[in-house]
Order: sequence, then structure tokens, then C-alpha cells
Amino acid sequence: MNQQTQRSMSSVIDQQILWNRLIAIVEEQAQTLLRTAFNPIVRESGDLSAGLFDIRGRMIAQAVTGTPGHVNTMANSVRYFLEKYPLETMHPEDIYLTNDPWKAAGHLNDFMLVRPCFHQSQLIGFTSCTSHLADLGGLGFGPDGSDIFDEGLFVPIIKLVDAGKLDMTFMSILKANSRVPIEVEGDTYALINCVECGSRRLSACLTDLGLADLVQISDYIMDTSRQRTRDLIRALPEGSYSHSMRVDGYDEPLDLVATMRIADGVIEVDFSGSSGVSLKGINCPLNYASAYSCFALKCALAPDVPNNEGALEPLVIKAPESSIVNAAFPVPVAMRHVVGQLLPDVIFGCLQKVTPDLVPAEGTCCLWDLPLRGGYAGGQNTGKTKFATELVHNGGTGARPDRDGLSATAFPSGVMGSLVEITESVSPLIIWRREYRMDSGGAGKFRGGLGQVIELSSSEEAPISLFAALDRIHFPPRGFAGGKNGKAGRLTLSNGTEFRPKGEQEIPAGEKLVVLTPGGAGYGDAKHRDPSLIEQDQNFGLVSAEAAAADYGVNAVSAKGDNG
Amino acid sequence: MSVSKNRTRLAADIGGTFTDIVLETPKGLFTAKVPTDLQRPELGVMQGVAVVLANAAVCAEEVDVFIHGTTLATNALIERKGAKTALITTEGFRDSLEIAYESRFDQYDLSIEKPSQLIPRNLRFVVSERLNVRGEVLIPLDRAGVVRLVPQLNSLGIEAVAVGFLHAYSNSEHEQQVREILIDVGCQAEISLSSEVCPEVREYERFMTTACNAYVQPLMAGYLRALEGTLRASGFACPLYLMTSGGGMTTLESAVRFPIRLVESGPSGGAVLAANIAAELDERKLLSFDMGGTTAKIALIEDFKAKTARNFEIARAARFQKGSGMPVRIPVVEMIEIGAGGGSIAHTDRVGRLCIGPQSAGSVPGPACFSQGGEQPAVTDANLLLGRIDPDKFAEGKMKLDSRAAETALVKHVAEPLSVSLAEAAYGVTEMVEENMANAARIHSVEHGADLSSFTLIAFGGGGPLHGVRLAEKLGIDRIVIPANSSVGSALGFLSAPVSFEVVQSLYTTLHDFDVTAVNAMLDRISAEARDIVSAGSGGAALVEARSAFMRYVGQGHEIQVPLPAHQLSEQDVGEVSKSYDSCYRRLYQRTIPERDVEVLSWSIVVSTVELSIEKTTAPVNYNDAQASGERSAFLPTEQDFATVQTYWRPDLKPGDQIRGPALIEEPQTTCFVNANFTGVIDNNANLILERVVR
Repeated sequence: MNQQTQRSMSSVIDQQILWNRLIAIVEEQAQTLLRTAFNPIVRESGDLSAGLFDIRGRMIAQAVTGTPGHVNTMANSVRYFLEKYPLETMHPEDIYLTNDPWKAAGHLNDFMLVRPCFHQSQLIGFTSCTSHLADLGGLGFGPDGSDIFDEGLFVPIIKLVDAGKLDMTFMSILKANSRVPIEVEGDTYALINCVECGSRRLSACLTDLGLADLVQISDYIMDTSRQRTRDLIRALPEGSYSHSMRVDGYDEPLDLVATMRIADGVIEVDFSGSSGVSLKGINCPLNYASAYSCFALKCALAPDVPNNEGALEPLVIKAPESSIVNAAFPVPVAMRHVVGQLLPDVIFGCLQKVTPDLVPAEGTCCLWDLPLRGGYAGGQNTGKTKFATELVHNGGTGARPDRDGLSATAFPSGVMGSLVEITESVSPLIIWRREYRMDSGGAGKFRGGLGQVIELSSSEEAPISLFAALDRIHFPPRGFAGGKNGKAGRLTLSNGTEFRPKGEQEIPAGEKLVVLTPGGAGYGDAKHRDPSLIEQDQNFGLVSAEAAAADYGVNAVSAKGDNG
Repeated sequence: MSVSKNRTRLAADIGGTFTDIVLETPKGLFTAKVPTDLQRPELGVMQGVAVVLANAAVCAEEVDVFIHGTTLATNALIERKGAKTALITTEGFRDSLEIAYESRFDQYDLSIEKPSQLIPRNLRFVVSERLNVRGEVLIPLDRAGVVRLVPQLNSLGIEAVAVGFLHAYSNSEHEQQVREILIDVGCQAEISLSSEVCPEVREYERFMTTACNAYVQPLMAGYLRALEGTLRASGFACPLYLMTSGGGMTTLESAVRFPIRLVESGPSGGAVLAANIAAELDERKLLSFDMGGTTAKIALIEDFKAKTARNFEIARAARFQKGSGMPVRIPVVEMIEIGAGGGSIAHTDRVGRLCIGPQSAGSVPGPACFSQGGEQPAVTDANLLLGRIDPDKFAEGKMKLDSRAAETALVKHVAEPLSVSLAEAAYGVTEMVEENMANAARIHSVEHGADLSSFTLIAFGGGGPLHGVRLAEKLGIDRIVIPANSSVGSALGFLSAPVSFEVVQSLYTTLHDFDVTAVNAMLDRISAEARDIVSAGSGGAALVEARSAFMRYVGQGHEIQVPLPAHQLSEQDVGEVSKSYDSCYRRLYQRTIPERDVEVLSWSIVVSTVELSIEKTTAPVNYNDAQASGERSAFLPTEQDFATVQTYWRPDLKPGDQIRGPALIEEPQTTCFVNANFTGVIDNNANLILERVVR
């Protein structure tokens, strides 16, 4: 090796090491929150996010652990805090809080905390985190509210901790407004822990590396990420591309319409033409619609560019005011994820027209979660166990341009499905069946992922209430490039009664609820499917002999090895 | 290492590339490293054993005990080379193993593939039966249905059957009946029951553990019997023990029944070594850092014990991503393993960032400097160019390293894309891999409420001594131990492992509605089960028992392990258990939640032989400046430049020899790099102890 002198180490490598360290700090924040959270949806499904910001309020790092629903909402939110509390008023031990859906993460249940970070007595940046609290009063977590005031306690940006002193008045109001006061208190403490741990780590890291502030690294991260994202966009053909998708809605179908304009290294998505606001709580504030739109763009174009403001800057999401994807105060927004999680398929629909074979066909998108309650009868003692639980399940994802879709798998959300033995140990339910739903994956050169069949009943011969907020029951996922549609979802009782996709409905004692989750759509013409895959699907009992004959033109051979 | 006097003990660790043999005799320690024989692993073992026996002039009959660890089970799972296996499960749940948690292991990757199934859908069979959460029968077992399966299993050539029914952890009768029927009707396959392999709630993990056990059982049973036969034929009359993932050793019979417990035995041996050195040196807080060719393993050793866990994910996909492998619930030494080793490849990503690993050049083609066709730069190439490795002394001098090839690779893949000098590129590679390991260690410590700045680092494996100092600095650690013979650390650890067995059983209760009678009955039963297994191998030695419970606040999702008194519980004890829970919880999360009830999901009993009492080391009598063996030019981070650095030959160093950094302390299998901020001394047990003098 040439041993010439090298006085100062390359700033590039130093910057990159620091960048890695900052990402590790936000991951550590997210892990702290995951392990101390009370709300199951946080720890099982990662409904949280953690980020680091510079003093200008620019997000410089965000944990990968967490939900796509917070990707972009968090990036913009710290600025609102800075408007309310100017830099010069901040104390090293302050912590600020809001759950304003239009400033934080799209519905009241998401609390967002921001803490200033001081290093050597100088304010250098902020740590921030968001997570989902189980209950804030109102009608409870469901789509049935008529305005935001039905949906629970609204907390504007406040100082939760003032120079190290926790606002106990606020904590008592919070607890008094929740059906589960101990959990929401515990979760608030978990959030406090999370931002404090991040601040400590950040200061220790700067000490270790002998740095005074984040000014240089922040610019480096922004510039590198912005540049990379723009380069990736520049590789796409410029132009304007539109796509439209009809979905179930609350009581009438909704149209989600997007026009994607690609020019000069920027992608602009405009949701003009989409349906207006819903009377019920499935509306999306624009920040939340942006989050899932940016998530889809990142997956398709730049999955390896870390999340930060620079990476998001070239992605511009717009929507006309008072549309379902830019719902303004005070419309109800509690279940905004039902619509938000469908947006990636609208974005993919546009991208399919930009560059073929980049994105998957349509899939289930929205979670098939089943909030169930039982044992309540007007406050009277029924002798049955009182319970409230939420089973989380999924349908199939759309087939990819080069491979089949994933069966019974969450996308775009990152949740974990429920296990039968755990469900049965925490609630008086029996799950009678949880298996792949044969023939539900849309046919194609590549097959859509299968949905699943779930059958459940009370273990006590008691009625159960279902609070549904599901989609893709009236309008199934659609295939791309000649692929067939996936099977629509279905909710019925064992006696044949059909359930609506949304709203409270009762499962009478002695009946089973039969849940058929949707299958993903196919990609490409079914006649080009590899015959060995068709044979394997039959052999595995994923495709019936009849469907193989109808969809793939295969002579019916009785399925082998299927005893299920 | 403290040597138990007058005993001759042999340990063998079969790794993916090398088989390590250690023979401990009253005369001292003898070691050998031979290539692993992938076809007939027992032959590789015997070849190495012959070398150490010859060197020590000991004959087979004189060996008192033989302890063996192997990666064969792990490799069979990773390479999907196990038995043709079928699953028999509850009707309606044919896909539990495949549906898993319905999640994607990579949030942003649209093209992920889920792990391929050990048991494909056409080999997953269902029978009608159903238990509820309390183990009560809702639907009786369809015995005729089981009988009907047998001809099918036999005609498909099924070699192993996993039986997994819902809630079988609370009532094993249906599973037992299936086994009886299968055997009666002439099923040829080996049978694993979920209620025996892993009697814990959560069907996905229980079925997966059972499936993995069944999948490797025919292979492991065959291998273990062959090894035993070979040993007997070669004159060994001593007992044979197998090292388990939990840091203890077990009998051949138990290993044949539960081969899944043999995975990760090598790394668990490393942790046992670290725990022993912790005891010798009276280090109550130790961070164990074992860096090899492909991965680095980091574990916390507190109060001379490695932390254990119940979850392990086998065979993660290429990028070592969490969730991309197969989760099994077995007792394991808790450690994090990241794709950072000497063979980890340096490259730049699409954003232009320098990344190290997790892809590894392995031993073939190996780093560019091996001149075996590897064209991508690995961590070893960077160490070579920084002067930390002597190109003529690598692997006992058996392999000459080519600096020119390392330079070419590093220029092309790192220096040019980043527009930095070669020295910057090489130093950047070592800094980045150390940063990755430090970040992983920090996250691990957060999960256990440990403050690493009060810890001592123990560094071993081929790469540990090269990167230990900088890792310690990044973690705020001031003291480092580099043990003697660190490159055969795992096999060395086997020698001090106790005979032990852990049984974990699910039985749900809350502290509020605590059924003392039911809990005691269950604990007595699993205690007897563990004692039976350990007694079979303990040779009458005294046994100790450690009991614990996995508890959480009602409604939480993550359990913590809380110690229980080692006797039958009384009503009064429940209050003590509650206090014990509070103190464990506070230690992890700072505060408790007073009004909240606590639930217990599972219970654990570990029965083991009393561990060898370990003598504390004494301080060296005299301190002298060590004699340098030579000098060479090496890159010094503190100077940001190359300078002449003294080298020392570790086998020549004596207790009390002191070394001031910067220095390179070389030994046959590795080199320890000490920067200017540290000084070193050799202690009376030949450990190298480094202390930070400049902060």
C-alpha cells in the first residue's frame, strides 16, 4: 500500500458513519417504544414511528421500524411545533405533544411527542415519536362518528413536560377521557421515554465524534437523498398518467382517482377527481394520504434511500380540499387507514402506465381486522364474559411482474396477524378454521396471493358484536397486463346472512362468522403461466381442478395430495 | 482457563469450515483445527482427535469425557437437506405453518419471497380433533382418520412426522394417541410431538419448532449413532455429551429425541467460555464479542452467566433480516448475530453509501487477498492494507496474502466510488464494520436495560482481537479481555459447560387468580422430566434447579423472565413473585404500573449439575515491559496516518508483561490491534487485558 500521509480523514466516510449512527439512534428509539407500549396494535403491529430533526424542523432520519402511515406525516409535523414554540423559548427538558389529526398522524389516536435536543448548551435538533393510543373516549375507535368531536379528546400542541415537570393536569384529563386510563397513561410514559432516550443518545454520539451540531450532516443527508431520489425519477419517462379505482366506501362506492405528472426529477400526484368526503370516519387528512402515496412511490422507485425530508422532497402529493383524501377539520377521520391503505394501488396503477413491469397488480390493501365485543348488554350482567378484542388478518397481495403474489400477507401495512391460541386465551372465542381460500388468487402468468377462510364463534353461546371497517367486498382487486381479478372478500354468517363491509353488526349466539378475505389479482395472461406452477398449485390444493380448467385451460386431473 | 486437575477431557466443535478440537489434560491444553468433512463429519472429528492425542501422548482409553457440538442440524435446515417430513395437524389449520404472522420481513421490498416451506402443503395432513384453551376436548380425535393416513405416509416415503394440534401444550393426549396409532399401524417414520418438543402456547412457533425437530431427526440420529460407534471402535470408553444451544450439555439419548436443541451449539460454547473468564476475573458485567469469518455474535454476561432466551430464528435469508427465517422456541444463549465478519464484503449502495456485508466472501472464494478468485474487497483486505495483518503469518502462515489483489479490489469498489484515497477507504471499511457492530450492541443492551459503559469487553474468534479496541471505544468501554487460544473459543467453552436441561411449559394464570396447587403440580412434573434427563448423564453429581416464570402486565405483548423460589410455592410466595416481577420490570423500563394485574404465560425449570468452582486469578507478581518481536508500518487512527508499530508474539509473552499501544500482538490464528489509547498486560491465566488510558 502506498503509505502517503493523509492528515484529515475523508469527510465523506465520517459523514456516512454519522448518518448510520443517526439511523441507529432512531431505531433504538423505536425499539424502546415497541417494548414498553401497552397498546397491542403498537407492539404487535408496529403502529409507531420515531424520528430525528434538525433545528429547521427538517426530518434527517426516521426508523424503518414503524408503519408506512407515518412516513410522511412525521416529516412535516415538527414545523407546526416550531410555529407554536419558537426555538428561543425552548428548555432542554421540555416535551411537546399533540394529536391534531391534521398536524400529527391523521387521527386522534396517534399521539406525537417532540423533544428539543441540547448539546453543550446549544439547541441542535429534535427527537420525535408517534404511537397509537388505545382509547380517547368519544364513540370509541370505529368509523361511526359524524365529526371529529365524536371521535374523542382533541389535544392541540401543548407543553406536556415544562422544563422537566410533567403536566399532571393534562395527565388527569387524559385519563378521565379514556375507557382504558391505565393503558393510555402507560403509553404516554412510553412515548416520553422514547424521545428522552433519543436525545441522550444524540448528545452522546456528538460527544463521541467530537461534533458541535448537526448542521453539516443534516445538509449532507438532505442533499444526498434528494439527489438520489431525483436521479431515480429522471430515469422515468416524463409525462402525465392517470388511474382510477372504485372501492366499497362506507355506504356508497368511492372513486379514488390520481394523475401522476413526472417532470424534471419531480413526481407530482394529484388526487383531483376523487370522491368527496364521507359522512362517516373513513376520511383521510392530506398528510395521511401523502404518507401512503409516498410509501408506494418509495417501494417502487427508491426502496433503499433512507427516509428523510430530502428523499421525500421530490414527491409532491396534492388533492382538492374536501375530497376524501384531503378531508378538512372537523370531518370524522378515525378509520382513515381504510382509504389510506388503498392508495398504494392507485399509485401503482399510474406507475404501471409509466413503466410496465415495475409494480404488482392490485391486492387486498386494507387490513382485514375484526374488532369484536361481547358480554355487554346495556350494562346488565349477562353472565357471559365481557370482552373487547381485535383480530388482525389479511388477504392476498397482487401478483408481481415476475412472481406470484403473497398469500394472506399484509401490504401496505406492516402488521402481524393474530395467532389462534393467543386469541382464544384472551377472549371467549373459538376459531374453527384459518386456512388458505382455494381459488381466490387471480389467475395470470403470475397468480395473485390467496386470501384466507376464517370461521369463528363464541365459546359461550353468546352474541358478539362486530365493528367492521373492511373493503374489497363489492369491488375486487383488478389484474394487470391481462391478469384476472382476485376474488372479492366476503363476510357471512353460517346461516347464510351477508354482512356489510362497514358498521356494527351482530353475530347471534350459536352462529359462526365466516370471513373470506380477498385474493390478490393476477399479472399477465394466464395462458403464459409455467405449466409446472399450474400443476404445483393443483397439487398443493391452492387451485381447484375446475378453476385450473376454466382459468388455465388445463384438462381436469383430480388434485393430488389434497386432503384439506 | 482454570484446568480441572487430573481429568482428561476432549471437546470437538464442527463448524461450517473448520472442526476445532481441544484436549485438556493434567499436562496442559492441546488444540487442533482441521477442515470439516462435510460428507462424513465423524471422520473429520477423528482426524483432529488423532492429532491432539498424539501431541499430548494420551491414548483413547485415558479420556474421561468427550463433549461435542456441531452445526450439522443448522446446516441441514439452512440448506433444506433434511428428511422428507409430513405434518399432522388439527382440521381447519393446514396452513398455520405457512401463514405464520401474515407479515413481510422487509417493509419496502416489493419482490420478497417468503422462506420456502420445510413441509410443503401436499405433505400437511389434517385430522378431526379439537381442544380448547384449557385442554378440554371439544371434538374427539378421529382415530380412524389417523389410521387412514398411514398408507399414504408410507407410500410417499415420509421419513419424519411432526404432530401439532391446537392447545396440545395444555393436553397432550391427542398427540400421544396419534403416535401410538401411527406406530401400531406400521408407520416407518420418526415422530415428533409438539407437546414434547415445545409445550408452549403460540401454535405457529410450536409447530415450527416441532417441524424443524422432525426435519433433522433422521439425519442427526444417524450421525450421532455413527459417531458413537466410531468412538467406541477407536477405544473411547468415556461418556459422550452433546453441547446444546442453551449453553449446557446433554446426553446422546436426549439429543436424538430433541436434535433441534443442538443448533447454535458453537456460539453457545463461546458464551460459556466468556462466562467462565468473567468468573475467573471477577467481572460481573461482561460483553462477549465473537467475530468470525461471516458473522459477529454479541452477548451479555452478567453475574458470570450468559443471558438465555427462548426464541431463535434459524436460517434467515441472505441479508440476515429479522423475520426471514424460521422461528423456533428452544432454550438458547441470547445473542445477536449480525453479518459482520472478516469475509464481509465492502461495497457502495445505490445512494453512494459505504456498506459492509452482510454478504460474505466466505472461505471460498474468500477475500481478494486470498487470491482464490475473490474480486470484491472484504474486511480482511482492509485489515491487511492497514498493516494490522501480516501477509506472511495469516492462519499460522499456511496462507500467503496478496496485498496487491486487496488494493485492486478496494480501489475499484470503495476508493473510486467514494472519491477517497486507498488509506481512507481501508480505514473507512474497518470503521464502518465496527460502527455496525457497535450499533447492534447498543440496541441489544437497550433491550436488557444494560448500560454498556460499565461493562468489560471480551473479544475472541478470528476477528475479535482485531476490532475489539475500536468497538470498545465506540461503546464507551474502558477494559478489554482477549483470552488465550481465542480462535478455538467455542470448543474451549464446551469443556466447562454443565450437564443441563431446560423444560418450558405454558400454563396461564394471573397473579390475582393464582392456582398454587395447579402450578405446583405442573412444576413438579416438568422438574421430574428435566431431572430424568440430567441424571442420565450426571454420573451421580449433585444437581441444582433454577425456576422462573415468563410474566407481563395483563394486556402487554412482551414477557419478561422472573426468577421463582426453587421449591413448591405457597400462597405467601405469590406476593414475593409479584415483588420480584416489579423489580425485574423496573430494571428494564424504569417504572412499574401499580394497579395493573400481572399474568404468567409460561414456566421454566433448568436442572443442571453444579458448575465447576472457578478459581479467581491472582495478580502477576512482577510487571515488566514486554519484549517486542519486531515492527511494521500500520495505520493509526489517532494519527490518521501510517507509522511504525511494534509487534509482539503472544506465545512468548509471560504473566506481568506490559505493552503500550500502539501495538500489534500476534498469535498463530489472529492479531490483536491496540491503538495509542490503550495499554495491555498479560495476567496469570495468559489472558491479555487492555485498559484505556487516554479518553
